[in-house]
Amino acid sequence: MEYKLECPPSREKLKMLRAGDRVLLSGRIYTARDAAHKRLCALLDDGAALPFPLEDSVIYYVGPTPEKPGQVIGSAGPTTSCRMDAYSPRLLDLGQRVMIGKGNRSPDVVGAIVRNGAVYLAAMGGAGALMGACVRSARLVCWEDLGCEAVRELEVEDMPLIVAIDSLGKNIYESGPAAYLESLNGGI
Amino acid sequence: MKNISAEEISRAVAALCVRANRELPPDIAQAMDRAAVGEPWPPASDTLRILCCNRQAAERNCLPVCQDTGLACVFAELGQEVHIEGDFRAAVDEGVRRGYGEGFLRKSVVADPLRRENTGDNTPAMLSLELVPGDALRLSLVPKGFGSENMSRLAMLKPSDGLAGVKRFVLETVKAAGSNPCPPIILGVGIGGSFDKAAALSKHALLRPIDQPNPDPFYAALEKELLNEINSLGIGPQGFGGRTTALGLSIETAPTHVAGLPVAVNISCHVTRRASVTL
Repeated sequence: MEYKLECPPSREKLKMLRAGDRVLLSGRIYTARDAAHKRLCALLDDGAALPFPLEDSVIYYVGPTPEKPGQVIGSAGPTTSCRMDAYSPRLLDLGQRVMIGKGNRSPDVVGAIVRNGAVYLAAMGGAGALMGACVRSARLVCWEDLGCEAVRELEVEDMPLIVAIDSLGKNIYESGPAAYLESLNGGI
Repeated sequence: MKNISAEEISRAVAALCVRANRELPPDIAQAMDRAAVGEPWPPASDTLRILCCNRQAAERNCLPVCQDTGLACVFAELGQEVHIEGDFRAAVDEGVRRGYGEGFLRKSVVADPLRRENTGDNTPAMLSLELVPGDALRLSLVPKGFGSENMSRLAMLKPSDGLAGVKRFVLETVKAAGSNPCPPIILGVGIGGSFDKAAALSKHALLRPIDQPNPDPFYAALEKELLNEINSLGIGPQGFGGRTTALGLSIETAPTHVAGLPVAVNISCHVTRRASVTL
């Protein structure tokens, strides 16, 4: 199935998505990688305010290349999500709704996805030029000292993604290879 | 005796940084195009086609193919008859600084592994220097992304583990890497030497075009066999399932100690970049 998904996504819409579905995502999302996640959690430890609202948020694990003059953003493909596994369950429990990255997640993250009706979407790893072309605007939110790892607010349009882990915990990194190998054994 | 100035070296390195990040080497591009056509699993074939479109979009729009423009690994083969006017290492770093700045490439280097402050200009380069006969300086740049680098592994096997042990370790490494290193991957495998030499061999193996087999027929056959076994695992492009898990595998070897069998597997992604120039 292919769906159009607007941010912030409704819980009902997220519940419809199944691992392997294609999604075209539009609206406001935030960027954060390892260093930003560490700082977000440090703020939570201190009971301080976060630089953006977590409730219903969509976080894209990306560190883009610098934009040339006249450009909105450079190349902007996903980074490996498992480096955020240590932080994600806490953010999901506090209202983050969607994670965008690449690669499989830990059982703890899958548990938090199911517990919170969240979804993990995969962007195409290594397709930085195509992903960057979906970004309509980019604004620095905080932590400029982190360089490419700073938090940015992006407006994206029809960003092509695949549902990697759905709200039931079904996982394309398990079901995809299994389906292919089954097809070799006389399936289909 | 030939004189090469620090400025010439900086200019050459800067140009390599920009070129390597925007245009994939022909062997990698061709292997991706062939895989997109030959992949039997339709969703995997779709994924490969999108990745090929990305490569073309990057070339067309002068954009980096991938946003992880990497750690700048520089391999220098320095002729013994060459005299460098100026500081060689500083010249290489200056080239990286200019290339990553002028090319709008991402600065992904932290000055200290634990205190982690970004150096802001992607320096220093990871420099490997080899002295060779002659009066030329050959510079090769491999911008190495860390999605794949993080999934690389090294093992000090026992001689009794033998060929079977080496094969098992390579396959286990690819399975453990799974979807993380942006498959389809390219593997550099270093066998023998010492702990550090095996790692250096595995990285150096990534410099060899994947359509060139090892000159030793024994290792050429092993490269082919391992590649076939990896492409039977089912991981597929992006880890979504399919045949095309790896595009190429290159082995480099060195003599080793009677008591050891070091094996290093350096994983690289479908955006395996390299560019070279001879001064």
